[in-house]
Amino acid sequence: MKLKDDVLLDIEDLKQKSIEDINAQGLRVLICAGTGCVANGSLEIIDKFKERGINVQPLGKNDKMTAIPTGCHGFCEQGVLVVIPELDVTYVKVKLDDVDEIIDSHIIGGNPVERLLYTDPATKNHVFKNEDIKFYAGQTRVSLANCGEINPEAIEDTLSVDGYRALYNVLKQNDPDKVVDEIIKSGLRGRGGGGFPTGRKWMFTKMAAGDKKYVVCNGDEGDPGAFMDRSVMEGDPHKLLEGMAIAGFAVGADEAYIYVRAEYPLAIKRLRTAIKDAERENLLGKRIMGTDFNFEIHIKEGAGAFVCGEETALIASIEGERGMPRPKPPFPANKGLFGKPTLINNVETLANVPVIILKGADWFSSLGTETSKGTKTFALTGEVNNTGLIEVPMGTTLREIVFELGGGIRNGKKFKAVQIGGPSGGCLTEEHLDLTLDYDSLIKAGAMVGSGGLVVMNEDTCIVEVARFFMNFTQNESCGKCTPCREGTKNMLKILEKITRGEATLDDLDLLEELAMTVKDGSLCGLGKTAPNPVLSTLKYFRDEYIAHIVDKKCPAGVCTALKVIEIQPEACRGCSKCSRICPVGAISGEIKSPFTIDKEKCIKCGACLESCPFKAIIQR
Amino acid sequence: MSENKTLFINGKEVEFTDEINILEVMRKNGFNVPTFCYRPDLKPFGACRMCVVEIEGRGIQTSCTMPPESGLRIQTNTERTRRIRKTVLELLLANHDRECTSCEKSGSCELQKYAEEYGIREIRYAKKKEFLPIDDSNPSIVRDPNKCILCGACVRACEEFQGHAVLGFANRGSKTVVQPLAGKCLSEVDCVYCGQCQTVCPTGALTIKSDIEKVWSQITNKNKKVVVQIAPAVRVAIGEMFNLEPGENTIGLINTALREIGFDLVFDTNFSADLTIMEEGTEFIERLQKDENLPMFTSCCPAWVRYLEGAHPDMLGHLSTCKSPQSMLSPVLKEVLPLRLPEYTKENLVVVSIMPCTAKKSEAGRSELSMNGIQDTDYVLTTKELGRMIKEAGINFAHLAPSKGDSPFGEYTGAGTIFGASGGVAEAAVRTAYELITQQPLSDCDIKELRGVHNRCRDVEFDINGKKVVVRVVSTLKEAEKSIMEIKKGEAKFQLLEVMACPGGCVNGGGQPKSCDSSLIKEKRARGLYKEDESLLLRKSHENPEIQKLYEEFLEKPGSHKAHELLHTNYKNRLKGSYKDFE
Repeated sequence: MKLKDDVLLDIEDLKQKSIEDINAQGLRVLICAGTGCVANGSLEIIDKFKERGINVQPLGKNDKMTAIPTGCHGFCEQGVLVVIPELDVTYVKVKLDDVDEIIDSHIIGGNPVERLLYTDPATKNHVFKNEDIKFYAGQTRVSLANCGEINPEAIEDTLSVDGYRALYNVLKQNDPDKVVDEIIKSGLRGRGGGGFPTGRKWMFTKMAAGDKKYVVCNGDEGDPGAFMDRSVMEGDPHKLLEGMAIAGFAVGADEAYIYVRAEYPLAIKRLRTAIKDAERENLLGKRIMGTDFNFEIHIKEGAGAFVCGEETALIASIEGERGMPRPKPPFPANKGLFGKPTLINNVETLANVPVIILKGADWFSSLGTETSKGTKTFALTGEVNNTGLIEVPMGTTLREIVFELGGGIRNGKKFKAVQIGGPSGGCLTEEHLDLTLDYDSLIKAGAMVGSGGLVVMNEDTCIVEVARFFMNFTQNESCGKCTPCREGTKNMLKILEKITRGEATLDDLDLLEELAMTVKDGSLCGLGKTAPNPVLSTLKYFRDEYIAHIVDKKCPAGVCTALKVIEIQPEACRGCSKCSRICPVGAISGEIKSPFTIDKEKCIKCGACLESCPFKAIIQR
Repeated sequence: MSENKTLFINGKEVEFTDEINILEVMRKNGFNVPTFCYRPDLKPFGACRMCVVEIEGRGIQTSCTMPPESGLRIQTNTERTRRIRKTVLELLLANHDRECTSCEKSGSCELQKYAEEYGIREIRYAKKKEFLPIDDSNPSIVRDPNKCILCGACVRACEEFQGHAVLGFANRGSKTVVQPLAGKCLSEVDCVYCGQCQTVCPTGALTIKSDIEKVWSQITNKNKKVVVQIAPAVRVAIGEMFNLEPGENTIGLINTALREIGFDLVFDTNFSADLTIMEEGTEFIERLQKDENLPMFTSCCPAWVRYLEGAHPDMLGHLSTCKSPQSMLSPVLKEVLPLRLPEYTKENLVVVSIMPCTAKKSEAGRSELSMNGIQDTDYVLTTKELGRMIKEAGINFAHLAPSKGDSPFGEYTGAGTIFGASGGVAEAAVRTAYELITQQPLSDCDIKELRGVHNRCRDVEFDINGKKVVVRVVSTLKEAEKSIMEIKKGEAKFQLLEVMACPGGCVNGGGQPKSCDSSLIKEKRARGLYKEDESLLLRKSHENPEIQKLYEEFLEKPGSHKAHELLHTNYKNRLKGSYKDFE
């Protein structure tokens, strides 16, 4: 596509006006309004700041104070987060009742509220600034750069930090080929999990014959516990829209869809606002920036099927069909949405586009490893001290993430494993702690980047139970179309359940492994092809734990209920009868002052008796 | 590079042209791969994973979805492909109601066939425990979800042929099922009983509701006189059940077989097809002259009639009021036979029809098609059911001595025979209408432009006495719907619309032996009908001497009061879910 008309809009002027608007706001108090903090009451806190803000005369040069709701800061477990950049302070775990104190003591009085500062778990020192919090210090925020820094619902905030300047540059330069080349050169790969080179995808779509083309943004983030795409959509929606428009210009599309799950109402609301604002400013819509480039973005709400994150199922869903994957070829680049050539990229991928254009492919490719460039966001959860959303350069080691950013394992327990990449990913163990996290090394280790879920597990986690959990998830979320995935995952789940009940044989284990290989080989789409990964990787690294369940009928972590044995040690029991009174199913009986016994048939292994015994005579094996 | 496009299958270089997938290329070159979900007339689906092959550089691919490309190196039989196929079979069987011996599809079930071919002797996975209820709520089709392997062929047939989506996928994961909307019965949704779903079903999940036992009990009842009529398309398909070629005309063998089974008299629906043309042709001429209710729609296809009643009751005025050939012959038999043959009375006479069609079973139950509370047609058997009865009776079908049908209603013209193929009714109507209007003999009976089982919509223009008449022939309701939309928008330029719900017409009907493995089967069957047409001396319905006699002795003339009483019907608005009542 060549533009007939030159760019008429003055982006620098727009930026300067926005900065003026922002300066007029006085002291900006940034309050996280991401989903996590909203759940913790941040909206009320924002209201309170606004209410008080009217009469506040902050200390220093500002004549007033403005409360700014922002997107997710990432450090969700410390929410509600309140950041006042001008005062170099981050307050954590802020409650509604703390607002007056922050305003009176710090903003007006100049005395920081120490009890609301983050405490470093290692040094026990209060930490003022984000940069000094290890969780943030180890990060390189590119796609999340503005999340938590700007008001996602005010376009002037975006414009003040060079929003839409990349699109401006691209339209000014008016050379779609060059855009595609730049993305190819940057080495950006799909952040949705597959890691396909983004620039090549753009090139295929660009080269595909057809007058009508679409750009589709995959915002159907379905991995349990993953929320990086949501954070971008909630925290910096314009960056995504800008990335999409650049993609549209590059491949020759004039219409786009963002497929967002309906469970993300906040993201949907902010995207809608952002689209409306951008269209008003002539940054999207018809004749963008005065050129003859048109780009219209629609939002399609998904009903929450995990499989709709698979690109062909997602396309079917937008078309109004049941979300079932279609065989490839044909690839969406040639025959996608409504049969037209379609570029489909994930949210995080597209959010990387503007910065690549602005700072250049060389800058981007200086981050990361040889084959995996740039940064990657991860949702760090599980048994680590610091959980939340992080963005690190590709190639960061697992050790850095778990022990530096994550602050190590909670309660001094021992690290056991990490499940990376959600239900499609695999388990990594202690031997992988120094593995660099990038597409290729993870595939080699039997896992995958996936959408970037990182669940840290400690010694109390039963690995078979973990595999069973994920298999249950994929089984429920299989679309039911192809036989290996529909029936195969069901039978894998059945075998895993047998193992956790202690009813399996070693033949079952062989069958599980055989079936896992066939499901991986024979399934239609990525969901089925990767569904066996949790099983295969845990079988590889924790086979002894499976064997313990099968042969010894024991769950080494003591998690699998059916394999638990609770016993009263007769020599320690004084026959006080406390345990028999607390047992909810009446499984314990005996004569007072002589040892009691547990009826194993009746016992439901709830463990209530364990804690009740004053003499610690009851043990669990 | 050579001019020809070639690829390699198991090391052998083969040519390809415009095949839609490598599976077709393999089949053409004698390489077999199994499949449940691929049906040549339906869009490839890639679900069952049985047709997997290994392609150099591309890994495992389903051959039904992979387009051929020059230079591809394909292996059909590797450790991986065998393991996937065997696992798929084992998994499907684990989740299957394996009461094979008493299954309707026993012997013709594809799951059973491949389980045998792949030597599945042990199912290592947990056996299906929960069974869902069987849906036999309607007169035509039985749906047994416990035998469904979710290949989606029925879903696609319903959508791609009939535009109807009566059946669809529901739920996720291992709870996925194929079912009518919101888990209702087939009788509660807009099913027209065309039975195409059942023709493409590889297992016993969708089968024809059998009336065999009821017919046997009538035949063995000494107090009943059981007569039978055979529809045109049956004769060119039933032979396939006895290893004869598709399209081979076996009407003589059928006549003999029916007598051996114990039917008292054997008639031919071809006769009433001629009768239909007399009435429908007259009706069409009248409408043309008055310019009323045009375009006129043919009314032979019960699935089409039911569709129109349910989806477009405002268009019912376009539909010919003529009964279908099945429903014309039955009342004539019940009226005329007792007059001519004293041992036949209205009370003891039982009329059975042999139809290529599942919807005919529901047509026979319509309250309009009865007299004094007795249905005109008592039982409808499909081609497949008749084949089953012939086998059950121990008749060596292929070696029977052919015989003729019984008089007076066994005589027919070529026009009656071609009713069985899409375009046949229109061609027969044009042959008669042309001569009746112009009073000139038609120089060439073969109107080839109207023929064809693959092209689902065609317009042919005729000049009749200087008047331009356009005849449109469509098959499948999806195509019919498009024509209706044209009419509603005022864009229709045709005066006669022939609709057959099954793709290619009755030769490919829901009651016929399986034809979904190859698109050619229906073509061969249609060719069989046209061959008989060509071979007959009389090829225009109005030349049928028995028809002429029937009018002389009984019906007076086409469109007479008596003819209307016996041969015409009326239709119901079934828009508001009244699909359920088929009385």
